[in-house]
Amino acid sequence: MTLLLIVYRSLRQHALSTLVTACSLALASGLLMTVWFVKTQSQRTFTQTTAGFDAVLGARGSKLQLVLNAIFHLEASPGNLAWADYEQIKRHPAVKTAIPIAVGDNFRGWRIVGTVPELFADVEYHAAKKYTLAAGRFFEPEKTEAVVGSFAASQLGWKVGTTFHPFHGLAFDDQHEHDELYTVVGILAPTNTPADRVIWTPLEGVQTMSGHNPAAATEVSAVLLQLRSPTAGFMLDLAYNKQGNRLTFAYPVGAIVGELFAKIGWFDRVLELVAYLVGLVAAGSVLASIYASMNARRRDIAILRALGAHRRTVFGAVVTEAAAVGALGAAAGFAVYGVLLVVVTNVIRVQTGVVLELAVWHPVLVLCPLAMIALSALGGIVPAVKAYRIPVAATLAPVS
Amino acid sequence: MLAIAGLAKSYPSPSGGRTMIVEVSAFALAAGEQLALRGESGSGKTTFLHLIAGLLDADAGRIELGGVDMAALSEPKRDRLRAEKLGYIFQTFNLLQGYTVLENVLLGMSFGPGADRAHARAVLERVGMGGHLRHFPSQLSTGQQQRVAVARALANRPTLVLADEPTGNLDRRNAAESLALIRETCRESGAALLLVSHDEQALAQFERVREFSEINRLNQGAAS
Repeated sequence: MTLLLIVYRSLRQHALSTLVTACSLALASGLLMTVWFVKTQSQRTFTQTTAGFDAVLGARGSKLQLVLNAIFHLEASPGNLAWADYEQIKRHPAVKTAIPIAVGDNFRGWRIVGTVPELFADVEYHAAKKYTLAAGRFFEPEKTEAVVGSFAASQLGWKVGTTFHPFHGLAFDDQHEHDELYTVVGILAPTNTPADRVIWTPLEGVQTMSGHNPAAATEVSAVLLQLRSPTAGFMLDLAYNKQGNRLTFAYPVGAIVGELFAKIGWFDRVLELVAYLVGLVAAGSVLASIYASMNARRRDIAILRALGAHRRTVFGAVVTEAAAVGALGAAAGFAVYGVLLVVVTNVIRVQTGVVLELAVWHPVLVLCPLAMIALSALGGIVPAVKAYRIPVAATLAPVS
Repeated sequence: MLAIAGLAKSYPSPSGGRTMIVEVSAFALAAGEQLALRGESGSGKTTFLHLIAGLLDADAGRIELGGVDMAALSEPKRDRLRAEKLGYIFQTFNLLQGYTVLENVLLGMSFGPGADRAHARAVLERVGMGGHLRHFPSQLSTGQQQRVAVARALANRPTLVLADEPTGNLDRRNAAESLALIRETCRESGAALLLVSHDEQALAQFERVREFSEINRLNQGAAS
């Protein structure tokens, strides 16, 4: 009780420096937790985002580019493959489902993807989850109709019945508007996947859009595949990638996305270094804050000692005070973390359509606050030693 | 109750040697006794009290309080003994500014026998500060601050109260009242009182007054 009273009163006496130091710790703690959480959670979520497919077949090129283009609807397509290639892989006994897609158009930056109705009828984008409609119906393949992802629809303010002219290219250029008029006939229910950011249209419509290369009418951008067994994936990998030289077979999708994170592994190490530096700065700020006030505290500490407090008691009080500042900062850090997390996850959602699950346990949520408290206590040791050494008699009164 | 023998204390001097400040061959104070020591500034009075309180280490000698040689104790044990057996009233009161009146008294008790809120309130009532429990020292007059300092010194039921120029910062009326209060409360609790001062008005209230120079051999030439 005595120790807590001393710490409480000291914190109140130095309320401003306590507040400033706790705020800097809160920022550091919140930032660290956000960085770690987003890093691990995004890696986990992105590698699990397969849209329900095991593999992607596309033009010869980078597997990662192929996956980013076909599954995440990011990046440019590495090229097209012939309709015959699609027919061939579709008939392959190892393939359970083959869904062709065609890209190359947008509406004000929102990507238009041509596909077949089977995507919505047959494919589970997550286990036991098929695409459902929030409004309207799915498009008919021979009509200029569109089904819009939930996020794209809400951002564009589109409803069933809205009409639009697609623009050519993946990047928006108002000089390249197509003549065709499409009608929105359905809005997809949210899936928390990249599909939410897509304007889905019939495959043939994209292939034969006015102004497109006539050759595109018999080509697709990629084929999304569900395989009957994992061994089928290795077999097709051998056939297309090692023995063939015309097409690229990207398998397994999750592992290929994982390669992206492996490539930016250096970024993790930079983050770690920044984290350690932030931690050191946090401990330093506690040290500087308490140390700077030690001259003002000398008399109080000498009085406590004169009243019978042991040296170790005043040492412990200063270290506990530093730890308490760390605890305040760590607690406030959760508020910073909450705000940052909402902002960052929203940015990720806007950019990729992937929604990070927030209600997920991660050890950093305990380790980071504990580390902040420990580092703060460590920062309190230097002023605590100073308190320990205060000469009581000389500090209390002039000798008479 | 208090028995001192062969006590010596020196400080490093600017010339590199050491300057002797206190050299007391023998001094004693009985239980419940009240004694005032008269001494000029710089005569070593405060150092003498600091040595008795265990706030300073002696170069040599014995300081027995209730039969326990404080000089031979480890610092933690000396701290404990000070908290349990001694009350100290400072010239500048030395109240903790960030703590309320009640907390100042309770904190002093907590290092000794333990914080007893009811007793702390009773002691503060006794010194006339019962209505100011939640006040901070800066909200009190100097006379009131001195009363709180007295309450804090007596709250642990000490056997010895040391008072170092306790009226030095008070006006004449407050000084007389404060001194009377210190003497009364010590008498009521059975604590011995050793006061050092150069204030003749304060010293005049004591039945027993000794020259500090009679005790401290180093002052004997100067005091006479």
